[in-house]
Amino acid sequence: MVPPYKTLLEVLREDMGLTGTKHGCELGECSTCGVLVDGKPFLSCLSMPLDLEGREITTVEGMSADGRSHPLQIAFAELGAAQCGYCTPAMLLTAKALLDRDPHPSREAIMEALAGVLCRCTGYLKIFEAVELAAARTGIAAR
Amino acid sequence: MTPPADELSIVGKPLIKLDAFSKVSGQTKFADDLAMPRMVYGRLLRSPHPHARILRVDTSRARAHPGVLAVLTGDDLPVKFGILPVSQDEEALAREKVRYVGDPIAAVAATDEWIADEALDLIDVEFAELPAVMSIEEAIAGDGEPIHGKSNVHKTVALEFGDTDEALRAAAHLREDTVFFEGNTHLPMEQHAALAQVAADGKLTLWTSSQTPHYVHRALGKVLEMPMSRIRVIATPNGGGFGGKSDIFSHELVAAKLALVTGRPVKITLTREEVFYAHRGRHPVLMKVKTGFAKDGRITAMQFQSFLDGGGYGSYGVASTYYTGALQATTYAIPRYRFEAVRFFTNKPPCGPKRGHGTPQPRFALETHLDKVAEELGIDPVELRLRNLPKPDSRTVNWLRITSCGLEACINKVVEASGFSKRRTSMPPGRGLGFAVSSYLSGAGTAIYWNDMPHSEVQLKLDRNGGVSLLCGAIDIGQGSDHILAAIVAEVLGVSLEDIQLTTADTDLTPIDLGSYSSRVTFMAGNAAKAAAEKVRDRLFEVAARTLQCDADDLIARDHRIARRTRPADGMDFAQAVQLAEAQGGVVTGTGSYTPPKLAGPYKGSGVGPSPAYSFSAAVVEVDCDRRTGEVRVPEVWIAHDVGRAINPTLVIGQVEGSVYMALGEALMEEQTFRLGLHKFPSLLEYKSPTALETPIMHTYLVETIDREGPFGAKEAGQGPLLPVIPAVANAIYNALGVRIDEVPITPDKVLKAMHDKGKRVGPKAVPSFEFPPLIHADVPDEWKGK
Repeated sequence: MVPPYKTLLEVLREDMGLTGTKHGCELGECSTCGVLVDGKPFLSCLSMPLDLEGREITTVEGMSADGRSHPLQIAFAELGAAQCGYCTPAMLLTAKALLDRDPHPSREAIMEALAGVLCRCTGYLKIFEAVELAAARTGIAAR
Repeated sequence: MTPPADELSIVGKPLIKLDAFSKVSGQTKFADDLAMPRMVYGRLLRSPHPHARILRVDTSRARAHPGVLAVLTGDDLPVKFGILPVSQDEEALAREKVRYVGDPIAAVAATDEWIADEALDLIDVEFAELPAVMSIEEAIAGDGEPIHGKSNVHKTVALEFGDTDEALRAAAHLREDTVFFEGNTHLPMEQHAALAQVAADGKLTLWTSSQTPHYVHRALGKVLEMPMSRIRVIATPNGGGFGGKSDIFSHELVAAKLALVTGRPVKITLTREEVFYAHRGRHPVLMKVKTGFAKDGRITAMQFQSFLDGGGYGSYGVASTYYTGALQATTYAIPRYRFEAVRFFTNKPPCGPKRGHGTPQPRFALETHLDKVAEELGIDPVELRLRNLPKPDSRTVNWLRITSCGLEACINKVVEASGFSKRRTSMPPGRGLGFAVSSYLSGAGTAIYWNDMPHSEVQLKLDRNGGVSLLCGAIDIGQGSDHILAAIVAEVLGVSLEDIQLTTADTDLTPIDLGSYSSRVTFMAGNAAKAAAEKVRDRLFEVAARTLQCDADDLIARDHRIARRTRPADGMDFAQAVQLAEAQGGVVTGTGSYTPPKLAGPYKGSGVGPSPAYSFSAAVVEVDCDRRTGEVRVPEVWIAHDVGRAINPTLVIGQVEGSVYMALGEALMEEQTFRLGLHKFPSLLEYKSPTALETPIMHTYLVETIDREGPFGAKEAGQGPLLPVIPAVANAIYNALGVRIDEVPITPDKVLKAMHDKGKRVGPKAVPSFEFPPLIHADVPDEWKGK
C-alpha cells in the first residue's frame, strides 16, 4: 500500500530505495525522472502510483538482467555517453522504449525519441551514437 | 621527460571511464540519494522582493507547527562569508536586508518536506521595500540606497601595458565596437543538495553536491565558529556543475546548523526554481573594444572596457572582473593593451563563474570585432588571425606565460575540414559560415587564498595484493577526474585501472585539492598523482633492483610487472615487489603535490590570468537562417582543441562536444533575465536550452602539443572549447544574412529586427559614461619593450 499523496518518483526513491530514478524539476519539464510504464516512457514525478495499479514499471535498476548489463548500458559506457550520469537512467530507459519498438531507428528517430530528456553534459551526440551502437549489435531485438 | 605515445599503455587510450558502469546502472549516489535514520528535511524561506529592509521576522507560528523541529533566522548564523577573502559579504540567512528575489531569510527543519514547506508560510516577515537596481545603467545612476556600503560599484580595474593612446593614434586602421552579452545560468540537471549529520561527540559531517568542498569546509568553520578539525565535508559526485556548485551556498551552512540544533540528520535539496536563485552564473557584460592595426592587419594596440552586472553579492566577482580582460593577449600577440573594468552590484541573484569564467563575453566581443576588421581591411578572417598569433614559449604584454601553443594547428584543422575559405563566399541563401578562435587556462596559477601550500595533493597506499588506494581531494563532476587520476597512477605503476581504489573529496581522509573549477583538475591533481606514483614506483624499483641485481634505472613497470628494460624476462610481479618493499620498510605509501610556478606579473591584479599552461581552440560554425522567422539553426560545427595530450580521448571529446552544446545554448537561446525584479523564467520549461533535436553534427579534432608542464603533456579541455563557438555563430549569421547581432543570445526577434534595421545591426550603441580610476601603468616584459 502506498500513501495516496506520494508521487511515483517519491515512492520509488524514498519508500523503495530505488534512487536510480532522478529528479531535475519535479514539474514534468526535464524527464530526468523518466521510467517505463508498460514499456512506454513515463514521467514519475507527475504520476500517482494509485493510478498505475497492475501496470508494469521499469526503472534503471531493472534494465540489467541476471547481473548482465543491457546492451544500451554497455554502449553508453563504452562511448562516454554518460558524463555526470544524472540524466543517464532516464535517457537509457527512453532509448530502450525506442529500440523495443524500432530495433534499428534512424538518427532522426533517435533524436525525436530523446528530445524530451535534457542533458547538460554531453551535447547529446555520444548518446545518439551509443543508441546506434546498441542497435547495431546483435540480439537487441530479442531483449 | 614525457614518454612517447607508443610506450604508454593507459594514457592516451580511449578506455571506458572508471565509473561508467556505476553511472549507467544508476548506482552512483548523488547527494539527494543519501538518506539516514531519523533524517529530517530543511527548507529555506526566500525573499519575494529584489531589495528591501527586513524590519521583523516572526517565527512563532512556524515553531508551533506540528512536525517542525527548528526554525532559524539570520541571528542564528551572524558571521559573514564569501568564496573570496576580499568579498565576505554574504549571510547564510539575511539579517537586515535582502538583495535579490530568492535571497534566503529563514529556514525550517521538519519531519517531512511538505511540513517544512507549510511552516515557511507561517513565518511572518515585515519588509520595507527599497528601489531595486536591475541594470548597469541603474547601478551607475545610483538613485536610492546602495545595495552594499556607499556605492553600487563593487570592483574597478584600470591597467595599461604600454602607451595605447599613442599606438592608436599612429594606427593605419582603427575600429571600435560595443557589444552586450546577457547573463545565463549553468542549469546542471542535478539540483544542489546537502545532508548534515552530527555525531554523538559533536563532530559535524556534511555531504554536499559541491565542486569546492575545501572552501565549503573553510566557510563552515568560520560561520559555525567551530574548528575545522571538528567538521568533515564530503563532496558527492556532482550531477553536473559547470561552475554552478563552486561557491558556498546558504543551504549548506543552514543544513549544518539545523543538524547541530536538532541533533538529527538534516537534508536540504533545492527545488529547480531555487537553483535559478542560487545561480552564480554568467555575468551580463557590456563591452567596448577599440583596436589599432598596421596596414598588414597586425594588431598594434587594444583598449578594452567591461561593465559587469554582478547581482546582489560579491561571489567570485572580483576574479570575474579581471577575467574579462585577462586572456585577450594569450589569444593574440597584442603589443600594447589597456583594460578597464567595473563590476556593479544589482538586485539579481549573484553572478559568478560559469564554464569559461568571465572570458566568453570578451571572446564574443573580440572575435566579432576582428571579423568586422577583416572585412574592412579586405583580409580573410582566418588570415587576420594567423597574422596575430601568440608565440609558444613567450610572455604576453600583461605577463602571462605561454608554454605550448597549438592555435595555428587548430585553425588549420577546422578551416581545411570545413572548407571555410572556399565555401563561405558561395553559401546557399540563408546559409553562412563563421570562424573564431580562443585560449583558456589550465588552472589558475594563483589560489583563492594566497599561501605557499600546494594546490593539489595525492596520497597513495599499496596493498600486498598489488591494489593501489588513491586519495585526492578532487571531486568528479562528470568530467571524469576520477578516471584521469586513476589512469595517471596506473600508467606510472604499470597496473590496470581496476587495481586503483579511489577515495576522493573527503576532508577527513583526502589531502587537499582546491576544487573542480578553473579547468585545473587534470593539470594540477594529475601532476600531483603523477608525482606520488613516481615516488612509490621508485621505491619498488629500489627493492626490485636489489633482488634482480640490476640498476634501478634499467627497470620499467608495465603489465603488472617490474622488469628489466634490457632483459624483460628478468622481473617480478608488481604485487611481489610491493611485498618485498613492505617487508623491508613497512607500509608502502607515497604522496605527491603540485604547486604551480609563481607566474604573476609585477602589478596589482596580476594574480588573475596566470596559468601554468593555456589551451587553444578554433571553431567553424555553419548556420541555416530562416529569413521569415529569424530562426537560426546550426547544422554543423568543426572544432579543434589543443589539449596538450588527451589522457583519455573519449573524455576529452566529451568535454569538447559538451562545450559546443553549451555554447550554442548561450549563443542562441539561454538568458537569465528579469522583469520588475523577478526572474522571467526560473523553470526548465521556460529557460530554453538545446534539446536532442537541436544537436548539430560536430567534428572534433584534438591537437596534441605535449605541454612541458602538464601531466604527460596534458592541458585543459573542459572550458576552452566553449569560447570560440559563440562568436563563430554570430559571424556565421553575418555571413548568411549580412546582419550583425552584437548581443547574446541571438534570438529570432533580434535577427528580424536587424534585417529591418537601417544599419543591419542589433546591439548596444555605446557604453554609459563612467569614470574609471586613474590607469595603473604597468611595466611590460622585456620582449614587448619599445614595441
